Amino acid sequence: GVYWVDSQQKRYVPVKGDHVIGIVTAKSGDIFKVDVGGSEPASLSYLAFEGATKRNRPNVQVGDLIYGQFVVANKDMEPEMVCIDSCGRASGMGVIGQDGLLFKVTLGLIRKLLAPDCEILQEVGKLYPLEIVFGMNGRIWVKAKTIQQTLILANILEACEHMTADQRKQIFSRLAES
Amino acid sequence: VEGAMQADAKIRTESATESGPRGPSCSLRHFACEQNLLSRPDGSASFLQGDTSVLAGVYGPAEVKVSKEIFNKATLEVILRPKIGLPGVAEKSRERLIRNTCEAVVLGTLHPRTSITVVLQVVSDAGSLLACCLNAACMALVDAGVPMRALFCGVTCALNADGTLVLDPTAKQEKEARAVLTLALDSVERKLLMSTTKGLYSDAELQQCLAAAQAASQHVFRFYRESLQRRYSKS
Repeated sequence: GVYWVDSQQKRYVPVKGDHVIGIVTAKSGDIFKVDVGGSEPASLSYLAFEGATKRNRPNVQVGDLIYGQFVVANKDMEPEMVCIDSCGRASGMGVIGQDGLLFKVTLGLIRKLLAPDCEILQEVGKLYPLEIVFGMNGRIWVKAKTIQQTLILANILEACEHMTADQRKQIFSRLAES
Repeated sequence: VEGAMQADAKIRTESATESGPRGPSCSLRHFACEQNLLSRPDGSASFLQGDTSVLAGVYGPAEVKVSKEIFNKATLEVILRPKIGLPGVAEKSRERLIRNTCEAVVLGTLHPRTSITVVLQVVSDAGSLLACCLNAACMALVDAGVPMRALFCGVTCALNADGTLVLDPTAKQEKEARAVLTLALDSVERKLLMSTTKGLYSDAELQQCLAAAQAASQHVFRFYRESLQRRYSKS
């Protein structure tokens, strides 16, 4: 028998293949150090972007948000991430654009929101037009047309953890009216 | 929109009275435990035993200073803050005891070169403080999702001058007792993880205290299990 054990945690431990949102903390030579919320910063090579060559360096500054996946992540080695997939295409990864809001939630909520049949995401999409990025390390980046809408969306997603489906539907209907 | 959800688990065990000596049957004070009550730590728990209350927070597996890192396992740190005043030598020695207990149980080899920090704050002290700290630390480690090979609990026994054994003594009973023993037991085989004793006692009495503590730990572990079941069944 195979068991799926679901747990509720706040601290992320890097796993190979996970897509995460990281914050660039340092640029040293050919690699960037990216904080992913684990015990060590991950390393990201400047060549691991789509269309990057030694002459054509990607435009990444300290403090930028990066969406990438882990290629090396085990307990004995420093985690390494890249912003291209195995075919060399970006497929949505790379530097996350200007503006928007990054906030932290628990790992269990991210898994719930990323489940294939998640209603929360569909309801949020009907509310305002938005851009949203989920990192498996508990980080969500959200951007809507105005700052107020962005903050409302951030608050709703953070609160989804503790609300039942009925309470959520009430809040959505109230927001849709106003 | 509302914030923190608090999973409250109050189980009433046989409640103790201040008057008269209790029999050697298991009579622990009323327990209560609350988890996930602090927003910053990765795991937190508050444990109440009678009037003794301890708040615990766990951070980890997190970054560790290069001077403190261990190449093949996690570095466990325990910080105990008393209710009033600066931490002194008594706190340091309790920190060491709690750290040794946690190190025996936590699977540190899964997270080498990281640090797991347990911070304990004494909210009120009415006897059996070390046992309450151990229980709070265990619940906080579970809340943080730190991998462990077993749960652990602390039980305090006090031996009176006439030889009677009192479990989970109050501060007054501890002061009047001839010997006070605090034992930490694991949940898998009720084995002894840590013991610290103060006073005069014979080895027959030590065995008697150990047996009583093992019986009492059944209650504590059942309380842990019910408290966690209640918490996870709410989501």
